[in-house]
Amino acid sequence: MDTPKLSLRQVSKKFGSTVVLDGLDLDIAAGESFVVIGGSGTGKSVMLKCVLGIIQPDSGAILVDGEDITHLKGRDRQAVLRRFGMLFQGSALFDSLPVWHNVAFGLISAQGMNRRDAKAIAIETLAKVGLGEKVGELAPSELSGGMQKRAALARAIATSPEIIFFDEPTTGLDPIMADVIDRLIVERVRDLGATALSITHDMASARTIADRIGMLYQGKIIWSGPVSEIDRSGNDYVDQFINGKADGPISMDVKVS
Amino acid sequence: MNPLAVIGRTTLGFFAEAGRLGLFAGHAVYSIFVPPFYFRLLLRQLISVGYFSLPVVGLTAVFTGAVLAQQIYIGTGRFNAESTVPTIVVFGITRELGPVLAGLMVAGRVSAAMAAELGTMRVTEQIDALITLATNPFNYLIVPRVLAATLMMPLLVLVSDVIGVMGGYLVSTQVLGFNEGTYLQNTVDFLEASDVISGLIKAAVFGFVLSIMGCYHGFKSGGGAQGVGRATTNAVVSASILILATNYVMTSVIFTS
Repeated sequence: MDTPKLSLRQVSKKFGSTVVLDGLDLDIAAGESFVVIGGSGTGKSVMLKCVLGIIQPDSGAILVDGEDITHLKGRDRQAVLRRFGMLFQGSALFDSLPVWHNVAFGLISAQGMNRRDAKAIAIETLAKVGLGEKVGELAPSELSGGMQKRAALARAIATSPEIIFFDEPTTGLDPIMADVIDRLIVERVRDLGATALSITHDMASARTIADRIGMLYQGKIIWSGPVSEIDRSGNDYVDQFINGKADGPISMDVKVS
Repeated sequence: MNPLAVIGRTTLGFFAEAGRLGLFAGHAVYSIFVPPFYFRLLLRQLISVGYFSLPVVGLTAVFTGAVLAQQIYIGTGRFNAESTVPTIVVFGITRELGPVLAGLMVAGRVSAAMAAELGTMRVTEQIDALITLATNPFNYLIVPRVLAATLMMPLLVLVSDVIGVMGGYLVSTQVLGFNEGTYLQNTVDFLEASDVISGLIKAAVFGFVLSIMGCYHGFKSGGGAQGVGRATTNAVVSASILILATNYVMTSVIFTS
């Protein structure tokens, strides 16, 4: 078997006494789009932040192309991060910069490209997500939620990363805009030939984006398989989640009066 | 509740926080000397901290100088020493009131702004986005702010000294009946370069302190809007207290050695 593009080996993370990741194992092949589903607070975002080095895991290893990046710091970490792109749940656009500079940020700040060339690439990338040149001159606060997401997607792909993370890419969007974002993600990831890891609890989004889906529950991937098999996974937890049932093995600590 | 446990917890918490602050300040100072350098951001902060603080510092200085002259005139009048008013005004302004009051006013304006801005960036994941774009947030966010405050505070205090002395001069000559030439002569005759320089040294330290407190509380902020509000309050309060405390220490070191 080829070396996976991204691997998580027995990754664990606790916050105080709360175990968030509990020996998580995950392999994603090069060029594959893997979607992690799971309820709110199950550690999906923590998993991404561990890979990116924003949060340090308590134990385990994270490998990119077979190379351990778990404890990299400083310039070594930055060199690895140049290979990643990330779309944040709330877009996380820099509100002090115009949209084009947000998109060009990685090119200017991390790659040292001059502003004129970086702006040209930013405008080109904005066009790929359906945003015109004039939008590039606006402040992020002047954009609608859907436009902000598209601008954030443009920022995530502007540096042509090898691996792209999508954190709840459709949260807060109407179903039509959510589908537009999902399709853009599929197209742009395919164009780049990138490896994608997305986290979502939106099943429509997961079905559109994913080659494979895994379900995170109690800090572990409890099931994974091709997207075509999700409806016959034979896993009660997955069935309950994808069908959105209150009754099942996943219990919510909510008292309904 | 065990009172000893409360005291122990509070004490440990205090030292832990002091340690975190020390590490943050050390990291900030180290980052000043490590590329990349963001000169455009530094220039923006120099203008924000220096130029836009001039009105508040100037107004504080002119009224402080004016009221100082009046109070000294009343006090020294009790033993017929009104002629010392110019000397004591310039002495008080350059050594203590200029740097301390400018420090406190700039802390209220700049520390709060830094904490609010960085805090908002933290809770909206903009700082995480910086990291994923392979940009060191210390170089990009902290260094320009700390350098700008440390460099601009002495200049602000120099302006404050001049305006403060002018405030005393105006009240003394226009209200209290001092001769204009004699007042200026007495101001200059007894003023030593060390009086001004010590104030400027204090100002640079206050600039460092107030920017570090603003950046620290903003950078470590969490908990949404409430957390940002708390960070802003903590930044101003802790910066003000530290300015007064370091002023005492520096006065002891500079003027007793």
